Amino acid sequence: MRIRVGHLYPDYLNIYADRGNIAVLAERARARGHELDVRAIGMHDAVPAAEIDLFYVGGGQDREQALVAPDLVSKGEALREAVEGDATFLAVCGGYQLLGRFYRDVAGDEQPGIGLLPLETIAGGRRMIGDELLECEWAAGRTLAGFENHAGRTLLDDGAEPLGRVVAGFGNDGSSGHEGCRYRRAYGTYLHGPLLPRNPWFADRLLAEALAHADGTREVVELPPLDDSLEQEAHRVSVARARSRGGRRR
Amino acid sequence: MRTAGALSRIAGRGGGTTLPGKLLWKLDPGAIDRLARRLPEGSVLVSATNGKTTTSAMVAEILRPRVRIAHNSSGANLVSGVASTLLRSRGAALGLFEVDEGALPEVARRVRPKALLLGNLFRDQLDRYGELETVAARWRQTVAALPDTLLVLNGDDAQIGDLARTRGNALVFGVDDPRQARPALQHAADSKYCLRCGTPYEYAAAYVGHLGDYRCPQCGHARPPLDVVAREIELHGLDGASFTLHAPAGEARVELALPGLYNVYNALGAGALALALEVPLAEIKAGLERFSAAFGRFERIAIGDRRVLMLLIKNPAGANEAVRTLVEGAPPKVVVVALNDEIADGRDVSWIWDVDFEPLLAGLDRLVATGSRAAELGLRFAYGGLPRDRIEVVPSLEAALDRGLELTPSGGELILLPTYTAMLALRRVVAGRGHVQNYWEAA
Repeated sequence: MRIRVGHLYPDYLNIYADRGNIAVLAERARARGHELDVRAIGMHDAVPAAEIDLFYVGGGQDREQALVAPDLVSKGEALREAVEGDATFLAVCGGYQLLGRFYRDVAGDEQPGIGLLPLETIAGGRRMIGDELLECEWAAGRTLAGFENHAGRTLLDDGAEPLGRVVAGFGNDGSSGHEGCRYRRAYGTYLHGPLLPRNPWFADRLLAEALAHADGTREVVELPPLDDSLEQEAHRVSVARARSRGGRRR
Repeated sequence: MRTAGALSRIAGRGGGTTLPGKLLWKLDPGAIDRLARRLPEGSVLVSATNGKTTTSAMVAEILRPRVRIAHNSSGANLVSGVASTLLRSRGAALGLFEVDEGALPEVARRVRPKALLLGNLFRDQLDRYGELETVAARWRQTVAALPDTLLVLNGDDAQIGDLARTRGNALVFGVDDPRQARPALQHAADSKYCLRCGTPYEYAAAYVGHLGDYRCPQCGHARPPLDVVAREIELHGLDGASFTLHAPAGEARVELALPGLYNVYNALGAGALALALEVPLAEIKAGLERFSAAFGRFERIAIGDRRVLMLLIKNPAGANEAVRTLVEGAPPKVVVVALNDEIADGRDVSWIWDVDFEPLLAGLDRLVATGSRAAELGLRFAYGGLPRDRIEVVPSLEAALDRGLELTPSGGELILLPTYTAMLALRRVVAGRGHVQNYWEAA
């Protein structure tokens, strides 16, 4: 099966090794006999919503983020419809913030988001930087380990689902104990590092969901396991880092 | 100055420590200003993301015959390192300091340099330095507060070249040799959008990362005119590089013992700074040609009947150049890559995924991944396309070095690509076996 990936603004939003996430998806799809077809969706490009199974948007510096924000707004409706139609979406760091309603910087200026995720982000004084560990109740308590580096405090709406509970690190805002956000098959998170190489179960989850969109069944079927000994070792080290030196909630 | 005097005696005993500087910085920060003012010929500073250690070591080699210098040659480039060097350099006439990008504002404010070389800004350890734009903004303020300082600027970097526009006293250097240009901007290229209007720059030539001959097709913002230029560049694999240094005063052919285009940039910057200090071109050429290697940057060490070649990697732009240089020589069959995640390496290791390691993979029989994040590094190569049965994950640096040597045929050369603290640790291992001097003994 061909899994069609739409990578939003790869030239602008790529600061935390986002191509590592794409490489992991491609290789893990190939190992199961599928093919990942990645196309870039850049400035002024139309979003071919019906032709994309999995969207990806990464993080950028403030300057690059400000350059793409207005363009993303023009793509908002197509992206929201795609997610309502069971497309999968992974948004990391700056891309995560832009999927909310707005990002307000320290000066009080607001950058519009696309309101795909039920949240808003307000910049704080001190950056939240460090290793981070989450536990995901919705995924049978499996863990995600990565690195966070953000000034924005992201506030989820009442009733919104976080991606996970913070075991070690700061998370969305350093105080709620929540990290990321999950809506239908869209996932936003501050975790990079990049996220997928050391958290292969999550990569497989995204692929399984994207396959369900690609084959039209909408039924998510678990993928056959791979030899992940190296991945597990990297996960173990990353977990230990978060536990020993992840940012503390204040 | 009594504190400084006592600390100076301690510092004079050597040991490569920055402790006296740290104490001075804590007890009497103003003493650094006073010590710097005692230098009869003043001070010059060198800062950049990549190449500051090598560039300042080249400047030291050029200047050594003519003036006694105080130089932080072992790379202690924070305020405390500069202070320690000042303390132990009684009798020096000129200060030559490489300075950490983040520490530059403080060091420049205290030392008031007569000349300042700014080499490049690449994305580097975002967990430590913050975004590149933030560093660039602080540099702009620093430069604005030093109206009398002669600026020596890399015009090929848009952020740095732009500083020349506001000043009469700037010397701009750059590369002009389209034969050495890369076919496209690298994945990790940074300052590629116009500073003025945000439009992507068009490159007549991109040399290293985003360094090159750029122009904005929208508003016309472009590389400033170059005063000191490298042309007719020849790269000789791992054996060296040569170029013609064109300056207002004339031109000189320079044969470098160091490889790679990035070292041509380092030599060019060093040459430009020396020109700013009114050193004759012939002395610049001689100094650059005498120069062999800076600490851990491109170091060959004999171990029994094998050799080790150590190239420091610390961020995508620098690692890309190390890879490019290796592949242009004889592509290695065995490589030991060492990834640590201490503060000096960057605790966020995501940068390894932004390095273009792929050109190395074609000829590679064996990758030994080592350091505290060895498994992550193994994954980087596995997902980059290296079959997993060619990847060995050996977290202990010493065990990995031995494994690499074991895989290297007698008479052969083992390539080591360590991050900063891994480089220090590997050098200690090698020194412990008597193959190199400790760095404070070598200086």
